[in-house]
Amino acid sequence: MLAYIIQRVGQSALVLLIVGLVAFSMFRFVGDPIDNMLGQERTAEDIDRLRAQLGLDQPFVVQYYKFLEGAVQGNFGVSYRQGRPVAEILLERAPATLELAMVSGVLAILFGIALGVFTAIRRDGLLANVIMSGSLIGVSLPTFLIGILLIYLFSVELGWLPSFGRGETVDLGGWSTGFLTESGLKALILPSITLGLYQMTLIMRLVRSEMLEVLRQDYIRFARARGLRDRAVNFRHALKNTMVPVITVIGLQLGAIIAFAIITETVFQWPGVGLLFINAIQFVDIPVMAAYLMLISVMFVGINLLVDILYFFIDPRLRADRSGGH
Amino acid sequence: MSDVPIPVKPKSRLRIALDSDLYYTFRRSPVAMVSAAVVLLLVLSAVFAPLIAPTNPFNPASLNLMNGFTAPMTPNAFTGETFLLGTDDQGRDVFSTILYGMRISLFVGVAAVFFAMVLGITLGLISGYVGGWTGTIIMRTADVQLTFPSILVAMLIFGIAKGVTPVEYRDQMAIWVLILAIGLSDWVQFARVVRGATLVEKNKEYVQAARLIGRTPGAIMLRHILPNVLSPVLVIATISLALAIIAEATLSFLGVGAPPTQPSLGTLIRIGQGFLFSGEWWILLFPAVTLLALALSVNLLGDWLRDALNPRLR
Amino acid sequence: MADPVLSIRDLSVEIPTRHGIVRPVDGVSYDIAAGEILGVVGESGAGKSMAGNAVIGLLNPPAHISKGEIWLNGKRIDHLTGDAMRRLRGKEIGMVFQDPLTSLNPLLRIGDQLTETMLTHLPISRSEAEKRAVAALEEVGIPGAAERVNSYPHEFSGGMRQRVVIALALCAEPSLIIADEPTTALDVSVQAQIIALLRRLCRDRGTAVMLITHDMGVIAEATDRVAVMYAGRLAELGPVRDVLTHPQHPYTHGLMASTPLASQGKSRLHQIPGAMPRLDAVPDGCAFNPRCPHATDKCRQAPVPRVSNGQAACWYPLVEEKVI
Repeated sequence: MLAYIIQRVGQSALVLLIVGLVAFSMFRFVGDPIDNMLGQERTAEDIDRLRAQLGLDQPFVVQYYKFLEGAVQGNFGVSYRQGRPVAEILLERAPATLELAMVSGVLAILFGIALGVFTAIRRDGLLANVIMSGSLIGVSLPTFLIGILLIYLFSVELGWLPSFGRGETVDLGGWSTGFLTESGLKALILPSITLGLYQMTLIMRLVRSEMLEVLRQDYIRFARARGLRDRAVNFRHALKNTMVPVITVIGLQLGAIIAFAIITETVFQWPGVGLLFINAIQFVDIPVMAAYLMLISVMFVGINLLVDILYFFIDPRLRADRSGGH
Repeated sequence: MSDVPIPVKPKSRLRIALDSDLYYTFRRSPVAMVSAAVVLLLVLSAVFAPLIAPTNPFNPASLNLMNGFTAPMTPNAFTGETFLLGTDDQGRDVFSTILYGMRISLFVGVAAVFFAMVLGITLGLISGYVGGWTGTIIMRTADVQLTFPSILVAMLIFGIAKGVTPVEYRDQMAIWVLILAIGLSDWVQFARVVRGATLVEKNKEYVQAARLIGRTPGAIMLRHILPNVLSPVLVIATISLALAIIAEATLSFLGVGAPPTQPSLGTLIRIGQGFLFSGEWWILLFPAVTLLALALSVNLLGDWLRDALNPRLR
Repeated sequence: MADPVLSIRDLSVEIPTRHGIVRPVDGVSYDIAAGEILGVVGESGAGKSMAGNAVIGLLNPPAHISKGEIWLNGKRIDHLTGDAMRRLRGKEIGMVFQDPLTSLNPLLRIGDQLTETMLTHLPISRSEAEKRAVAALEEVGIPGAAERVNSYPHEFSGGMRQRVVIALALCAEPSLIIADEPTTALDVSVQAQIIALLRRLCRDRGTAVMLITHDMGVIAEATDRVAVMYAGRLAELGPVRDVLTHPQHPYTHGLMASTPLASQGKSRLHQIPGAMPRLDAVPDGCAFNPRCPHATDKCRQAPVPRVSNGQAACWYPLVEEKVI
């Protein structure tokens, strides 16, 4: 087991190194940092001084190493656009995105699994078919349209919920939370539904197809042939086996939620890192893009690692060295 | 064909399917027929937009700012002109902008999927047939890329490409950059399927026979292996098309895609969103409905195609 | 003879398809008495498994029983549905599937799978069920049963897993076991052990067994009586000695002649010309007539009489002199 985890951690580190290389290359080669940081009136000495100061005169590998060293310490340089340290801006905005992603993720997983199981068990039922058809619309409906639709309905027409922003937030030792005020919670409703809906649909469709596959297996037939109750067959035997492949995808979807937050944040002008990133792309603010890329990779890789480890507790076949089997 | 006797090659699955069951299930699936009709209608109206559209919305000469914000099917208060789907803030006919916008959306979608398909098939064939270090590197790259949602990859590529492009060319190049970004973000699916099938096929007798009679690897891959992977590739391409259209719309909506000078459906929705609160709903609604119809019908078609070619998955 | 445990009367199963109705089981009747092993033999697609699935109520829709009766211990069960049928499964009828590698849920300990089955059917406590689980594994010959209850299926070999499957099928003490090709997926060396185990357990408990197989060797070794099926119909039914040594139906005869039995010293195996008809194209009259060397016009037109014990469904049953 330890060997397996070490191997996984090694792979994750490798992925991060590669992403780091991409981020660094962006930093180094896309647009000229000197151009970006110095104005029109610059002298040759200014350029040389800044070049030395930024370490651009050193060999590539050394620069890459320095970049990684900085990244590990949370130093991603200064935003071209805002002129403030990128890390500071990111930290300030992270709580908004994380809270939104958390609520959406929970919604997506809970409803996704429940509906997936339902539609698989009641495969030919009317309601299940209606849900399935609806889900196809959900997959075809771009996230931003869902957001606009919700805004139109609940903000413009009904006027029940706010259409942008986070509402009032409370500062808890540097973490600004919207969970504690009424307007904060209200502001969270539409964005989290918008963000969660697409992932929920994906999870639901996946759970359904995996579960249908599992329900075809011999051991399910054998469980039925032993007269086990439907509940036991569906939930103890089938659901557990369904979850094995589903968990990987759910892990990926959680990562995707953080990435898709970019869209939701734009629609709702939600002051998170996604909105920051999209503005950075528009203005080619490379340090912010690179930092965002690194930040999100760490999250993805972390989630993937967690998922891999979680498998150990679910699938006994992976615990091969556990007991004296054949 | 060569006159050297070689073992009979199995008919490709696609051929067999087209001959019999595919058409049969198509005729029996109302959903598939309706979706196909909608797709056909939309594609045709996009292709023939210059003939159908009442005005060319991007020809400044034909625009009249006085026509701005005309509601659908109601005469404009100043000019008395009537527009089927109304006009936007600059007096552009919404129906025409949709037709032209769809052209861009479809062009970007199809081109991106085609690019992804060619790239994915090529890399998949190479990594499956040649294997070794080359194959490992290709599939490792695919794995790393797959860790990230493709929309994010596309945004990133778009951002980088934009950074590399000189400022004065950015708007002109935006469409091509968009195709590149979406295509590069979507090749992995194709490569994986093709690689898997290649690994299976390359050890079959007929491929070995072809190798024995001295066919080159390139010829074997194209003539013998490729036909066997066409049906899953077709399914992935259809589903990818829906995803690519949505991706394009999303990027354009976010302002990192098609520029306002060459608006796609996503750009139009972005513009329309600004008028949601002031009551000019038609500027947003009609492009949105068009996009939804397009994405949904392509998706439904892809779904049906997957079921039809792969009955086990139903 | 006492009342049979299982009695099938004129059973038909139908599947509506795109090309019309297909009848994989067509007017089949047989009994199985307590402690008796009935072998059901035939080629794949002959309807032997389908009949077993009909008995245990696990036909996959749209397949359904269209005609006939199934009686279990004097109760009619073919019309039972839902929960009533579920209660019978495992409790009255046990089933053993072909492939032990896929029959066990890979994520549950085998002890849990055993106790769960017993607790579903028997009025016993969990600790009692756990005790019985160990006993059940011991009974099917799993060494170190007390520890192995906590193992997962992948920790057993194929033969051992089939023993676990048998333990599972028998743990609620059903009066009938349907064993559907229980040895087909196993190594030859293990096959004999599994057959011997099945025989011993059923003799000891007086369980009736429906042993579905295409392997004449298994039939010869394990069964008391044989039902030969062809294209969904019963071709011949009788005591195993008689059927094997004096087959009356030309199909059975062909089947015997094409089987490499150790006792026969034939150098060249016989082949039945042609193939079993597709179920949507069963010929009129006797289903076997296109392949039968003795077929006459009567065979091609008149439906053959249904068989009872010791008979063949044939207008011209073979008598001994006719054996080639």
